[in-house]
Amino acid sequence: MTENFVTFTVNGEARRIRVFPRTTLLDALRWQLDLTGTKKCCAEGECGACTVLLDGRAVNSCLVLAIEVDQATVLTIEGLETAGRLSRLQDAFLAEGAIQCGFCIPGMVMAAHALLAEMPRPTEADVREGLSGNLCRCAGYQRIVGAVLAAADGARS
Amino acid sequence: MSHSFQYAQPRQLSEAFDILDAYGRDASLLAGGTDLVVGLRNGRIAPRMIVDLKRISGLAPGIAETEGRISISAPTPLTDIITDRRIQDHFPALVEAARTVGSVQIRNRATLTGNICNASPAADTAPALLAYGAGVVLISRRGSRLVPLEEFLLGPRRTSLGAGEIAAAVEIPKLSGRTGSRFDRLTRRRGVDLATISLCCLVGSQVTRFAYGAVGPKPFAVTDESGVLADRESDPEARMALLSDFVAQATPISDLRGGREYRQAMLLVLSQRVLRTAIARRDRT
Repeated sequence: MTENFVTFTVNGEARRIRVFPRTTLLDALRWQLDLTGTKKCCAEGECGACTVLLDGRAVNSCLVLAIEVDQATVLTIEGLETAGRLSRLQDAFLAEGAIQCGFCIPGMVMAAHALLAEMPRPTEADVREGLSGNLCRCAGYQRIVGAVLAAADGARS
Repeated sequence: MSHSFQYAQPRQLSEAFDILDAYGRDASLLAGGTDLVVGLRNGRIAPRMIVDLKRISGLAPGIAETEGRISISAPTPLTDIITDRRIQDHFPALVEAARTVGSVQIRNRATLTGNICNASPAADTAPALLAYGAGVVLISRRGSRLVPLEEFLLGPRRTSLGAGEIAAAVEIPKLSGRTGSRFDRLTRRRGVDLATISLCCLVGSQVTRFAYGAVGPKPFAVTDESGVLADRESDPEARMALLSDFVAQATPISDLRGGREYRQAMLLVLSQRVLRTAIARRDRT
C-alpha cells in the first residue's frame, strides 16, 4: 500500500506528514497531528462536529482526504486563540452559556468563525442557516445562536 | 475506511485518460468528494484508483459565459455557483436548488457535476437543470460530446458516462424572451436532509416546463406547450387537469421520508405553488 507525503499549513505552521490515500483530513489532524479539538462523530458529513476551515472555507474534514489538501491551509479550533487568549467568538460562547456537553462546540465555533469572516453582521436567520450543518445533541441551539450574534460586529460587548 | 486504494492527481487531461485506460471501471473520479468519500467509507464503492480532477489544467474551477450558454466546470463548488452574478441573473432556480444541498460545509466542497454524476433520484440540482435544458459535457481521448441531462441520467446511480470519459462541465443554454422560474422542495428538516420531493418550474410566454425529483427512479421533465399553464387568466379547471396529468406521471416509492400517496399529493400542491411564483417572476421582469 502506497503512502504519500502531504505538505500543508495547519494553524499557521507548515506541516509534512505521511498519509495513506484513504486517510481523511479528520483522522490526520486527530491521530497524526494530535489536534483532537476537531471531533469525529457521524463521519459522513451530517453533523458538522469535524468542521475546519480549508483555505478559508468551512468544510467537513471527514469528507476530505488528507492527500487532497497538499499545499492548502487548514485552520482548526486550536488555531483560533492568539497568545493564549481565546477569540472574541470563543469568549462569547462561554459568556452566553452556549456550551453544554461541549462535543459539538469546536465544529459550531469553526462554522460560526467562517460565517462571521464572510458576514460580519449576520441576522439570526443568517446564523441559523450558517450553522444548519452542525447538530447539537443537547439541543442548545438558542444559546449557540445567541453567542454568535453576541460576537458579531456592532453587538454590545 | 478499511478498503485501500491508490490516488492520482493528474495535472494534464492526457494523464487522466492514461489512468482511466489502465484502471477502467476500477477508477473513480473525485471532484468535491462529498458523495464519493461517504461511498468509500460505507463500502458502496470500492475502486482501486481515485482520480482527483481538481488540479488538471484546462479543468480549473470556474464559470464561463459563451454565446448563448453558460458553462460550469466540473470542480466548481456549489458555493461559487450560488454566489455567481451570471447564474443568479439567468438561472435563479438553480441558485435556489443549489442552496438546499446539504449545508454550508457540504456546498463548499460539493460540485454540480458531481451531484449529477452521482445520479441520485433525489439529486437537488437535477430538476432545475432539467427545466433549464442543461447538458453534460463529456470528454475523452476521442473528443467531447454534449449529452442532454435527460439522456445522461439513466436510473438510480446510473448515467451514460462511458469508459474513459470524464464529465468536464455542465452547460446551460441562456433563455430567450421573458421567463420566470422557481425551485422548491419538501424535506423533514432544513439542512442536511434528502428531498422528500423536489421540483422546478420554468414558464415562458407560451411554454411551461416542470421537472420533478425524488418521485421516480430518475428526475424527469414534463412540458405544456398549449399555453394554458403559462396564462394566469386561463380556466382554473383546465390548469388543474394539466397539472394532475403531470403529477400522475410520477412513480414515487414509500420510504421513511414519506408515503407514495403523500408524495403524490404534495407534488400537486407544490406544482401549483411553484407555477404561481414562476409566473409572478416572469411578469415582474
